[in-house]
Amino acid sequence: MVWYAIKRVLLAAVTVFLVAAITFFAMHFIPGGPFDTEKAIDPAAKAALITRFHLDRSVPEQFLLYLGNALRGDFGISLKTGRDVSEMVFGAFGVSARLGGLSLLVSLPLGAALGCLAAARRGRAADRAVLLFATLLAATPGFVVATLLLLVFCLKLGWFGVWSAQGGGMFLPVVSLALYPAAYVARLTRASMLQALSAPPVRALRARGVREGAVLFRHALKNAAPPVVACVGPMAAYALTGSMVVETVFTIGGLGSRFVESIGNRDYPVIMAATIVMAALIALFSLLSDLLCRALDPRVEFS
Amino acid sequence: MAKKRFFSMRPPLEGLRAAPGWKRALRQPRTRLGAAILLVLVLTIFLSPLLVPYGYSQIITVDGQRDRGAKNLAPFEYSQMEREAIARGETIFPHIFGTDELCRDYFVRVMYGARVSLLTGVLATLVVLVIGTAYGAVAGYAGGKADLWMMRLVDLIYALPDTLMVILFSVVLDQTLMEHIAGTALAKLGSNLLSLFIVFGALYWVGMARLVRARVLSLKTDAYVLAARGLGAGPWRILRKHILPGCAPVMLAAAAMQVPSAIFTESFLSFIGLGVQAPMPSLGALANAARGALGSYPHKLIFPAAALFLIVLAFNLLSDGLHSALDPRAGR
Repeated sequence: MVWYAIKRVLLAAVTVFLVAAITFFAMHFIPGGPFDTEKAIDPAAKAALITRFHLDRSVPEQFLLYLGNALRGDFGISLKTGRDVSEMVFGAFGVSARLGGLSLLVSLPLGAALGCLAAARRGRAADRAVLLFATLLAATPGFVVATLLLLVFCLKLGWFGVWSAQGGGMFLPVVSLALYPAAYVARLTRASMLQALSAPPVRALRARGVREGAVLFRHALKNAAPPVVACVGPMAAYALTGSMVVETVFTIGGLGSRFVESIGNRDYPVIMAATIVMAALIALFSLLSDLLCRALDPRVEFS
Repeated sequence: MAKKRFFSMRPPLEGLRAAPGWKRALRQPRTRLGAAILLVLVLTIFLSPLLVPYGYSQIITVDGQRDRGAKNLAPFEYSQMEREAIARGETIFPHIFGTDELCRDYFVRVMYGARVSLLTGVLATLVVLVIGTAYGAVAGYAGGKADLWMMRLVDLIYALPDTLMVILFSVVLDQTLMEHIAGTALAKLGSNLLSLFIVFGALYWVGMARLVRARVLSLKTDAYVLAARGLGAGPWRILRKHILPGCAPVMLAAAAMQVPSAIFTESFLSFIGLGVQAPMPSLGALANAARGALGSYPHKLIFPAAALFLIVLAFNLLSDGLHSALDPRAGR
């Protein structure tokens, strides 16, 4: 377990480092430099700027400097607004974290409950309904779900204000971010539960006359949990990328919509910072869910 | 030569058609439904633009005159000029999905968009299939140290956050590729689509490589492969003739899952402004453009979104059916 944890932490660290490296060097491929303006720059000022931003160093050296600064929380300044990037990124992060956290709080229990229900009522109406719900949602892109919710509940029915985020109305954004993962978790839980229920110990339990509810929740659920726990990591990744869509559709100023905005503006320092921060978060979550999974089921192999 | 034919042994269940689970997969109602939806969609997408007399970037004209009234028409609505022309006894083809804000027939645009999305998905999947299969087959067959190191690389790439990498590459390639491909056939494709393929080729093949490797590992110790080796067949011949046909069902099921993922990725990129370039439509781009006037013209979102939904649903059903037929442990 300790070995596994060390290996897993190392992989996460290497991943984040790799993402940072890829991001940095890819950005340097983009043509155009900081001094490509029509106006002539005072040579002294130019020289000062070059030393200030270490532009006289080689690109790998610049990367190490950038990485060092990034670790201290300094991501440079935005090309568009001139504001401090880390302030922008971490300031927006709070909003996204709340949105993502709430959506996870909705999607995980909802998905697990629906999955259990479907597995318990296998082949019956409830099972079919859950499967239908999961299949239909799996085929709908996130931005369509978000936009349709906006269209129906804000524009047609007028239940929520279009600028709902200000009034504490996180309801629709959270729902649109939670629907897809909920469907996914429901499918996963159902499959995992069915497998757990078909195991011989369950038959033995039933033969001994254990109540069906106890069989389901006290015994089968425990064995069915690891695959569901393992998907929390990828789900966190989905919550982050999904929040790009949801925040843009519902005009919420979080990390996701900042990122999309910075792509539109070609604001490279912000793109870099947001990519690295999000990659680190994704790596952290998949690390946590893998470790948790291993703790729940020691047989899981490191892959 | 007859003797040589005898040497060329095949897997006991020959090729694609008789591979394990293949028939079972085709009997699944899910597979059939998916295949049926897909067939109808493909026929509609590729044949209907031949019947409708409008182009995807063509602005509607009546008697050679630009029809400025044909803007944002509702489905099956005619503009003022078109109504007059009909009153004069001319036949005007109806705008089945209405028109867009630049007076272009929306039905044709959605059909072309579906074509672009579908082809993007299929092409990206082909890239993944070729690279993943080659890599996985070599790693699995070689085994030992080579396999270990090759799979280390796969693990590393697998850990990279794919969506972020796609966005990053699209941003960078958008700026760098354009000058290099200007004037060539690739320019028409646009740098964004090109970078999507590049990213799929660079990152998304790892899942396929893992699957193929696992299958090759289990197949290469089978008796018929050992027999072929004993009869002097070289590694390439064994891989090509004896092992890869046995991997086909696994590859196919994975490929069917890859197509919707590629289509989703393209529509997501369109959403954040990195998708297919105008005037070429894609379903994602059309649905996004519709968000601007959502309250007034919701049908402009509904049509492309529905097309996207149907395509993805069809592929999901197909891969679902294939998966559960191939894996006896999967639920029903």
